[in-house]
Amino acid sequence: MSKVSLTVNGKLVTADVEDRTLLVHLLRDHLGLTGTHVGCDTSQCGCCVVHIDGRAVKSCTTLVGQVDGADITTIEGISKGDELHPMQAAFRDNHGLQCGYCTPGMIMSAIDIVHRYGGNLDEETVRHELEGNICRCTGYHNIVKSVLDAASRMNVAQAAE
Amino acid sequence: MGIEGIGARVARKEDRRFITGRGRYVDDIKLQGMTYAHFVRSPHAHAKITGIELDAAKAMPGVIDVLTGQQIVDDKVGNLICGWAIHSKDGSAMKMGAWPAMAPETVRFVGQAVAVVIAESKNLARDAAEAVVVHYEELPAVANIKAAIADGAAQLHPEAPGNIVYDWEIGDQKATDEAFSKAANVVTIELTNNRLVPNAMEPRAAVAEYNPAEEHFTLYTTSQNPHVARLVLSAFYNIAPEHKLRVVAPDVGGGFGSKIFIYPEEMVALWASKKTGRPVKWTGDRNEAFVTDAHGRDHLSKAEMAFDADNKMLGLRVKTYANFGAYMSLFSSSVPTYLYATLLSGQYNIPAIYTEVVGVYTNTTPVDAYRGAGRPEACYLLERLVETAARQLKVDPAELRRKNFITQFPHQTPVIMAYDTGDFNASLDAALKAIDYAGFPARKAKAKSEGKLRGIGLSCYIEACGIAPSKAVGSLGAGVGLWESAEVRVNPVGTIEILTGSHSHGQGHETTFAQLVADRLGIPINQVSIVHGDTDKVQFGMGTYGSRSAAVGMSAIFKAMEKVEAKAKKIAAHQLEASENDIVIENGEFKVTGTDKAIALPMVALAAYTAHNLPDGMEPGLKESAFYDPTNFTFPAGSYICEVEVDPGTGKTSFVNFVAVDDFGRLINPMIVEGQVHGGLVQGIGQAILENAIYDDSGQLVTASFMDYAMPRADDVPSFQISHTTTLCPGNPLGVKGCGEAGAIGASAAVINAITDAIGNNRLEMPATPDRVWHAMQLQQAAE
Repeated sequence: MSKVSLTVNGKLVTADVEDRTLLVHLLRDHLGLTGTHVGCDTSQCGCCVVHIDGRAVKSCTTLVGQVDGADITTIEGISKGDELHPMQAAFRDNHGLQCGYCTPGMIMSAIDIVHRYGGNLDEETVRHELEGNICRCTGYHNIVKSVLDAASRMNVAQAAE
Repeated sequence: MGIEGIGARVARKEDRRFITGRGRYVDDIKLQGMTYAHFVRSPHAHAKITGIELDAAKAMPGVIDVLTGQQIVDDKVGNLICGWAIHSKDGSAMKMGAWPAMAPETVRFVGQAVAVVIAESKNLARDAAEAVVVHYEELPAVANIKAAIADGAAQLHPEAPGNIVYDWEIGDQKATDEAFSKAANVVTIELTNNRLVPNAMEPRAAVAEYNPAEEHFTLYTTSQNPHVARLVLSAFYNIAPEHKLRVVAPDVGGGFGSKIFIYPEEMVALWASKKTGRPVKWTGDRNEAFVTDAHGRDHLSKAEMAFDADNKMLGLRVKTYANFGAYMSLFSSSVPTYLYATLLSGQYNIPAIYTEVVGVYTNTTPVDAYRGAGRPEACYLLERLVETAARQLKVDPAELRRKNFITQFPHQTPVIMAYDTGDFNASLDAALKAIDYAGFPARKAKAKSEGKLRGIGLSCYIEACGIAPSKAVGSLGAGVGLWESAEVRVNPVGTIEILTGSHSHGQGHETTFAQLVADRLGIPINQVSIVHGDTDKVQFGMGTYGSRSAAVGMSAIFKAMEKVEAKAKKIAAHQLEASENDIVIENGEFKVTGTDKAIALPMVALAAYTAHNLPDGMEPGLKESAFYDPTNFTFPAGSYICEVEVDPGTGKTSFVNFVAVDDFGRLINPMIVEGQVHGGLVQGIGQAILENAIYDDSGQLVTASFMDYAMPRADDVPSFQISHTTTLCPGNPLGVKGCGEAGAIGASAAVINAITDAIGNNRLEMPATPDRVWHAMQLQQAAE
């Protein structure tokens, strides 16, 4: 067992966990943050993507011990109260989700993509960057639209700040 | 209709919880005192169990119990059933071997459950499962259709000699033979419909709780049809009578058919929750999904088509072998028969059709309905055959299709289906225009000058959906009726709850069903809640599959709404001192036509519940229910055209354009319809170029993870050009046909027809990987 301290969605969390505990299981089973999902066991599907110190990471491949002291953001932590993150709003407005299971991971990956590329995003880049997130429902068409739409919303918001 | 009524592109009501991480899936559920199940599974495709050592596992920390197949048999939990009886040509019933929820004596596929560990945590259960030692005596295995039907093949079940489940036929053999004897040309094709793994992103899961004081079970499960699950668990598996068993399917992360079936793991979780006296949770991992979720497709077929000298179709002859895996899954028997062979007439006027289907056992995971279920196999076979014919007869593939299109409706095909309406020329014309078919030769020439091979491929599909008239499917062997139920509850404050037997696992029912109510009453959709997925709340229902929720589920709501409106009009007329025939409903108000007298819906509802001033003899309350049984299948149809470019150096296919024109009848929410088409198309494209469930000769599934099974990724597939033509379905009050499966049905033939057109070699199997395409090109060059 190990004791770890980390910040999750702005709150300091300490936990006593088995050394083999994965971040996704800490989030889901210990902290009750069930928005982060598990869709595979080989780090392929991306349903479990969260932000660790601002970067998109698959939480199913991260041991809790590796994130001692880190700052974690999950899907539950990106909206400001009732105000959706622009990526969340874009997924809703563009019908970028159906069953919703891959959606949290998609949104967390997509936010990171926009952060990294800023205004230089096109369809081909989005499709390439989403390689690590599998969706079985949407055929990706509307996910790509959502990400491009959110990118322009986020850039506008950034420019305004 | 209002801005949120039928036809409006309304953003989905359910999205907020999903995009904020507040969905509630089965694995999110935690009960007091909950334990965790982990299954011990067979590593062999075929073996006798000669012993199981449990003591070490039972002694491990946190282990509550380890239960075996023999115990579940001893406790008289029923064997898994197949719910659709099919009879062979000779009249004999299909030949089924027993499928216990955990194997007591013999395992017949890799991944079959043998024992289950119940422990205080997921990890402890997993650790203890490693300590269970099962002794096996390996038996020879048959891993594919050819091996299963070979002379001297290993036999799976003594009940099914030769591994044959049934040898079934449909159509008029004599008339078909006569058609071929008169043919000017006969075109033949042999092909494989590759085996697929459904891979909904949410793995299956179950949480079971037993309350001994009430002798009552609750099951939370990843199901497309919780009421069917309860019925089967109760009537056939002896878990509990229906009134002592509640089944809840909360948010479900995709189904695609694979979550129709009631699997061994749910049965075991329920049984174990009573045995241990603790709630039991099982959550499958992806590897378990690969080896235990029912697979799809897996046919070997030969088809021949007879043409007259004018290229009119005279007859079609098909022989198909269908792989059922090791056991007959719940609806498996119907998939390659009544959901496949009945669609082999396609969009064409074919006077005579004869089809034989042989169902085969193999030592592989059971095979059942997967998005489209039989209809993709029919469309792929027929549309490749027609494209092949166009090439051999040296006629334009669009014109060959047009020449043979059915243009008069209703149309009775030689294989049961009576098409009610359609306009196949309209969708083909729209698709040809959208892709600039006339400009293709110039594009091909330009690509050639750049060293690339361009190809274009058509696929004109038809499907039978809205499954289906109960009397009709009953006469064909179905064990259930396929109606749907609905209940409309108007609350005293005028908000509305719709209880439906349909189940939404991505389809957006919470929005589209509310749009129907908004359309009829002129109220906003946020005043309407859709209640589904809980047998304690909804009386009964048949669930969601076969593109049935709009055509059948919403038709039931429509009927119940009519009853509610009729009663509400009576109340309004009484309150307004008018004739009920003069009452019209507009913008949430009941108005006396031609006057300014009106009463708002909440006031009518309140009057119904206070019952202070109702017409004489009227019961209080405003709540009505309805059952709707469809009168026919619905027949969505359309034309898909794919344009590809193949790199001759690598065999890699790139998509230049993909056009889909569908006729789904009336669209409730075009945004959601387009989303359904996108998803279906990518499943069809995935089958065509990427996905393949591969077993080695010993029966190991070598593609049992996302590292080995090529799921379509965002950069494997194109964006789509989608449009619609419309003929309203005459068979239901909404004129809807269903849109859930079309993409998966029509896409794969369009892709392969395009690739084979590009490389000039028609001998190409799915998935058309770069390796296969490259080899086909080399063979073609060698032949030339």
